[in-house]
Amino acid sequence: MTDLINPPLTDNGSHGTSVVEILQQHGHEEHGPTGILKWLTSTDHKVIGMSYMITSLVLFYMAGIMALVMRLQLASPQSSLVSFQQYNELFTMHGSLMLYLFAGPFAFGGLANYIVPLQVGAPDMAFPRLNALSYWLYLSGSITMMMGFLVAGGAASFGWVAYAPLSNATNSPGAGGDIWIMALVLTGFSAIFTGVNLVATIFYLRAPGLTMFRMPIFTWNMLVTGILILIAFPVLTAALVMLFCDRHFGTHIYSVQGGGSPILWQNLFWFFGHPEVYILALPYFGIVTEIFPVFSRKPVFGYKGMVFATLSIAALSTGVWAHHMFTTGVVLLPFFSLLSLLIAVPTGIKFFNWSGTMWRGEIQFSAAMLFSIGFLFAFLMGGVTGVMLASPPIDFFTHDTYFVVAHFHQVLFGTAVFAGFAGLYYWYPKFFGRMLRENLGKWHFWLMFIGFWVTFMPQYIVGLLGMPRRVAVYPTNLGWQSYNIISTVGAFVIAASFAVLLWNLWVSWRHPVVAGDNPWDAHTLEWFTTSPPPHHNYSHLPPIRSERPTWDYNHPEAPAVGHGEGRPPHGREKVMVTQ
Amino acid sequence: MRARRLVPLAILAPIVLAGCQLPSFGAYKGATSQGQDAYKLWQGFFIAGIVVGGFVFLLIVWAVFRYRRRHDAVPRQTQYRPVIEILYTVIPIFIVAGLFVFTVITENEVDAVPKSQVTIDVTAFQWGWQFYYPATGKVVIGQTLEQPQMVLPVNRAVTIHLESADVVHGFYVPEFNFSRYAQPGVVNTFNFNVLHTGVYRGQCTQLCGLYHSLMLFSVRAVTPAQFDVWVHQTSGNRPTIGQLKQQIRANGPGA
Repeated sequence: MTDLINPPLTDNGSHGTSVVEILQQHGHEEHGPTGILKWLTSTDHKVIGMSYMITSLVLFYMAGIMALVMRLQLASPQSSLVSFQQYNELFTMHGSLMLYLFAGPFAFGGLANYIVPLQVGAPDMAFPRLNALSYWLYLSGSITMMMGFLVAGGAASFGWVAYAPLSNATNSPGAGGDIWIMALVLTGFSAIFTGVNLVATIFYLRAPGLTMFRMPIFTWNMLVTGILILIAFPVLTAALVMLFCDRHFGTHIYSVQGGGSPILWQNLFWFFGHPEVYILALPYFGIVTEIFPVFSRKPVFGYKGMVFATLSIAALSTGVWAHHMFTTGVVLLPFFSLLSLLIAVPTGIKFFNWSGTMWRGEIQFSAAMLFSIGFLFAFLMGGVTGVMLASPPIDFFTHDTYFVVAHFHQVLFGTAVFAGFAGLYYWYPKFFGRMLRENLGKWHFWLMFIGFWVTFMPQYIVGLLGMPRRVAVYPTNLGWQSYNIISTVGAFVIAASFAVLLWNLWVSWRHPVVAGDNPWDAHTLEWFTTSPPPHHNYSHLPPIRSERPTWDYNHPEAPAVGHGEGRPPHGREKVMVTQ
Repeated sequence: MRARRLVPLAILAPIVLAGCQLPSFGAYKGATSQGQDAYKLWQGFFIAGIVVGGFVFLLIVWAVFRYRRRHDAVPRQTQYRPVIEILYTVIPIFIVAGLFVFTVITENEVDAVPKSQVTIDVTAFQWGWQFYYPATGKVVIGQTLEQPQMVLPVNRAVTIHLESADVVHGFYVPEFNFSRYAQPGVVNTFNFNVLHTGVYRGQCTQLCGLYHSLMLFSVRAVTPAQFDVWVHQTSGNRPTIGQLKQQIRANGPGA
């Protein structure tokens, strides 16, 4: 146990050497090549993390453009802007890019890569070369995925879930499907390697004094996400290999004709797919849990409860996959319904933690904080409709309709986009030592916030009226068009907000405003070093006696009060709340 | 303090609302008895959602507006309040337990398959539907825009056996508040008790390939007497599923 908390820092296993000495030995070494060669050869977690973020943002914009084309198509019921085949390719690739290539890699490959070693006071990830391999696998997988559009027959068109037997060689011939499978195997291995790397980093490279219950929630959530990745992604990779065998080597694993079972694909896919939802969500929960305390000037409310809530979400998420399969008629409804409903409890705890953190704080509405508050409203709406969908009789008439489309967009847009860009605005000064423009950030937020509700609320209504998802045309006489037009307008408002972001990045780059090391008076270790951090991150570390060492260092007069770890850095007694 | 004021409201709201006619909250009231059960559950979940979601919403809004930064002081660094933490863990567990009980009750009603007078075998295929009445050998079949029509009697239990000839499809009648996958190699069985005569639109909900968007059908509910007449009329020469699939692949969808 002692070894886990204070692991040996040197190769010879001695506990005597402090992290400071190690860093002093390595901190001033040759920094290696610069320019393009640096980006190609670096094993520095910060360079790799930045590569991940830039790549995933490019893919995010591409997937967003696909969404705009689909929204234009649906603005008119019998539109022929794109063909049926093109429409099927568009939503397949939009979903695949957003879920596999943006939402996960941006947070887990990008932000976690950059921030976690800093938050635990480590000079780099545990396996820097494996880390580089992860990125190059991810980049080649992403390029592979996009190449689907270039082959005869077009990109994959069987949806991002690729249900068998639609995804077999008879029903989806052509190289598009194979390219899709290969891309996912490549990026899947990238995720698995990053998962291994982060779990090892968090368990073994924490600075002296940084016990598990002094880790920032962001790091906690990345640890849990890493474990979930190790549970879920190998299942997806195995299922994809079997699908490839069905397509090319004459196996019949997912086909009735040869004695196989199509439903097996759904079980395997969702056994990956539901933990995947939390693999996408937990990192973003971690981001906002960094931001609320900093801009409320308070510690995270109920820190330990939040850690246990995250752990129970992760545990429950491995037992709810069949709630995507309620209408198959072949799953045990009460079991999966109960576990799905139960996830509302730890998720609710998080909401109370976030509100409690703001409670009696001094809230400053920076762009990062606005995006985090926007996340709360978006995720609350998506969460409430999620509880409805966990009830099979309700799922029966909303499954595969626009109600579900609205639900999961509110959840995923709420997390990956609202919380993701909260993280970008929050950590950008750390990455580059310069500020993003706050006023442009607020324009970005308000446009996106309004566009978000205008886009997705009408989809609930039209879904309840019976509009199925993944349709390129719909009957003209059912009154669905007005809702679709509103939704399309909203989508373009969201697009405008992302033009503002590009403008903000450009302005901030051309006319830099120096940020300083800790512009937000933030709490966690990464704000203790310079902005941007030096090659091996730290020349010295503050004493770590709570989950917010930088705050304790800067505010010795204001220790956390209440039960638990939040004890004063120099105090000799616990201060209890007596009110 | 504020939470306590909201509690009686949370308890009273459903009772007061039940006194008047509850709104539909956007869903269909259900043209079958099963659909009406699902509809009542929907109303319950929606009200629970408004109450719980509304409470959390107000909590956030209050915190955001009340505690916006007014001065530069460092506030009290409160981190743990065990009583509140236990409350917001335990109360949701009870809410979830309640929702689960109503879910199971409704689910058992919706999924019950008592013995019925009429059986229809529904086969979905790319891209159309076949409705086969085994008692008389009557067949209705059609692809995409032909919108084949399933005919059934009102006020009778009707049993549907649903499967697919190729990929996974979704059998969905919005006004019945019901959908179910049509899968290859799996026969799904469920009952409808349609309450009113009329025509109800239906559509495939599960992505099934190129013309998924056009895979429409309809359900016509008639009186039992009319149904008896209809089901005994011979259906004449109908194309097979295989012929229709070839036709649509060669010529595209059509009416």
